[in-house]
Amino acid sequence: MLLLTLPLAAALASLRVPLWGARAITVASGAASFALALALVPTAAHRDVACLRFLRVDAVSAVFLLATGFLYAVVAVYSVGYLSGGHGRPPRYERRVWAGLNLFVWAMLAAPMMSNLALLWVAIEVTTVISALLVAVEDTDGAAEAAWKYVLLASGGLCLALLAVIFAYYAGAQVLGQSYDLGFTQLLHAAPRLPHTAVELAFVLAVLGFGTKMGLVPVHTWLPDAHSEAPTPVSALLSGSLLAVSFYAILRFYQVTQAAVGPAFPRNVLLVFGVASLLLAMLYLFGQRDLKRLLAYSSVEHMGILAIGVGFGAPAALAGVLLHVLAHAAAKGNAFLGAGVFVRKLGTKRISAIRGGLDLLPWSGPLFLVAIFALGAMPPFGLFRSEFEIVAGGLGSGGYAAAAILVVAVTVAFLGLASSVTRMLMLPGTPPGDGAPDRVPSLVAGSADQARAATAVASRPARAVARGEPSGWMVLPVVIGALALLVLGVHPPAELTELFGRAVALLRGTAS
Amino acid sequence: MSQLLAATVAAPSALSGGANVIAVGVLLAEFGMFRQALLRDQVRLYIAQSVLISALAVVVAATRHLPDLYALAALSFALKVVVVPFVLRRLLRGIGAIGGDPRWSTGDTDIAGSHTLGVASTVLLAIGVAAFGFFTVAALGIRSPVLPVTALSVSVAVILVAFVLMIVRRDVISQAIGFLSLENGVSLTALVVAAGLPLILEIAFLFDLLVAVAVFGLLIRVHHGRAESMSTADLTSLRG
Repeated sequence: MLLLTLPLAAALASLRVPLWGARAITVASGAASFALALALVPTAAHRDVACLRFLRVDAVSAVFLLATGFLYAVVAVYSVGYLSGGHGRPPRYERRVWAGLNLFVWAMLAAPMMSNLALLWVAIEVTTVISALLVAVEDTDGAAEAAWKYVLLASGGLCLALLAVIFAYYAGAQVLGQSYDLGFTQLLHAAPRLPHTAVELAFVLAVLGFGTKMGLVPVHTWLPDAHSEAPTPVSALLSGSLLAVSFYAILRFYQVTQAAVGPAFPRNVLLVFGVASLLLAMLYLFGQRDLKRLLAYSSVEHMGILAIGVGFGAPAALAGVLLHVLAHAAAKGNAFLGAGVFVRKLGTKRISAIRGGLDLLPWSGPLFLVAIFALGAMPPFGLFRSEFEIVAGGLGSGGYAAAAILVVAVTVAFLGLASSVTRMLMLPGTPPGDGAPDRVPSLVAGSADQARAATAVASRPARAVARGEPSGWMVLPVVIGALALLVLGVHPPAELTELFGRAVALLRGTAS
Repeated sequence: MSQLLAATVAAPSALSGGANVIAVGVLLAEFGMFRQALLRDQVRLYIAQSVLISALAVVVAATRHLPDLYALAALSFALKVVVVPFVLRRLLRGIGAIGGDPRWSTGDTDIAGSHTLGVASTVLLAIGVAAFGFFTVAALGIRSPVLPVTALSVSVAVILVAFVLMIVRRDVISQAIGFLSLENGVSLTALVVAAGLPLILEIAFLFDLLVAVAVFGLLIRVHHGRAESMSTADLTSLRG
């Protein structure tokens, strides 16, 4: 258990070393964290692990640790390619990003391991402040604006979540006496005797508060800004992992509320928020001009799907939700990392300025297409399996209207996503030389050397870019992510299925 | 307020009367923040509010024999009355918003014009919101072991009014102070319904507040460095 936090603390401390050292340490600690999270799976599938009174891992938290660990490893490798070379930034920038990245992941790994609702809240608030700094590190007007909106909205939301924690304490104290410490297991044991009003109040506040961080619709407004303005590795972590961790907090409140007042109330609350998120995000996916904002709204959509899945409450739907957390982490990570390659290559986030992607990027182009298809829940990938399970669970438990909305909205969202992305990838850029000579007169079309020289010009025209990948470091992680998606979709390992089985039992309150 | 209390509770003690008076004081400080045109005064009101809350913690500790709360009161006093205002003032002086060089006194006028609504309509709105919070909570039927439940209603009103403050003001400092007073409102709620919360958790919350303030400060500096003002009126480039 402790092993999981140690490499991260070590990584932090070692960020005083030279930059290459920081790179090596981060990659190593990313790989180690993922390995540790994997090693945890068989244990957590059978029993809960507790340690030091404040740490506790059960099957539910193991799923979230796995998602974060995976993204950590992937993003660490990617960042080596993304940050190297400097691109006109001072070395201070790279060091800050490395330090922030490690700290951010540390907080996100810590959150699902907390045995205590209050410490869970603290960990999530820590992720907010660190990630706000990571958004601001980009040092542009847009980043400053996004960071300010993010920190203000998320902190305000988390104040509501704190209120939820306090009411949960109040409810627990009625049964367990004044001196209990919000321990989650205690609270769950006492749940049937808790006063209903206080628990319901706490749940609604928690959904609203943590939902702000998760990007549920009425309170999602910070999300597209922060995701689009942050450095790409940070966007991937924000979207794949941070949102999931906030969802984890909601799941914990869901468990308590379900045990205290029955399943109908929390499910209905989540269904309402989920459907709203899904519908609004679906509309925003059309006519989006900025590539990273497009992906950000796709995150809102997927968070809506998660909320709806829990709202259905059937075992199949819950298993689907947990698989969805993992698959979404891999797919959205891939999509953001792929988009980062495009942005690096062409120097713009505008969708209309990116053309001929398949020609320019022999690896990242197709991989990005794969990531988008995976996000749209196309069959061979993990998200297809998870969404299928959620819909099946929804139909099985009588949520016909919501299931129908889910199917339609997911399809429409896929159309929105795919139409923009295929235009980026498939439409031919005008042949090299057409647009280039008038903007960079010295450039002779077709000459590879000079084309490469042109990429060094800051205001280069997009079409004078030569075919080729910016960095192998930025391709490898995306390949790994695509493989993971394939495994999750085609044949999830037996241990994982067991883990999901146990987690579903915990979430339904039927575990022994 | 104590008459209202007398109607609901059989024998209003000096404690509950006092607690209610303090809670109402916190709410009034919150309303005062709407009026303030000068940053300096807004920070002062925040200090006053924090002092009141620490005082309430001491009162609860003395009357209910919860020794932990003394430590909490001391800590929250140190943090909210000394450290946070100090950080805020330094920040303001650092970017020339208060004191010092008269050339920079624009920082003061900046915030006076940062209302999106007139002061009168804002206060009316806040009164409406506060009344909503006050009566809703009263209807929930939550009983506190240590303090009269009226204090809870007032604290929820404080939280809602703090949100109004954050919404209607268009400068970064007011928004930050709105957030801080929001946190004060939550502390007040915690005192009423969760007075026995273990000290270690309270310390974690306070530490967290400290980190948040540092980050707020940093981002305010970044914002000021880029926009040359405290106003958020030009933070509109990201939409859609």
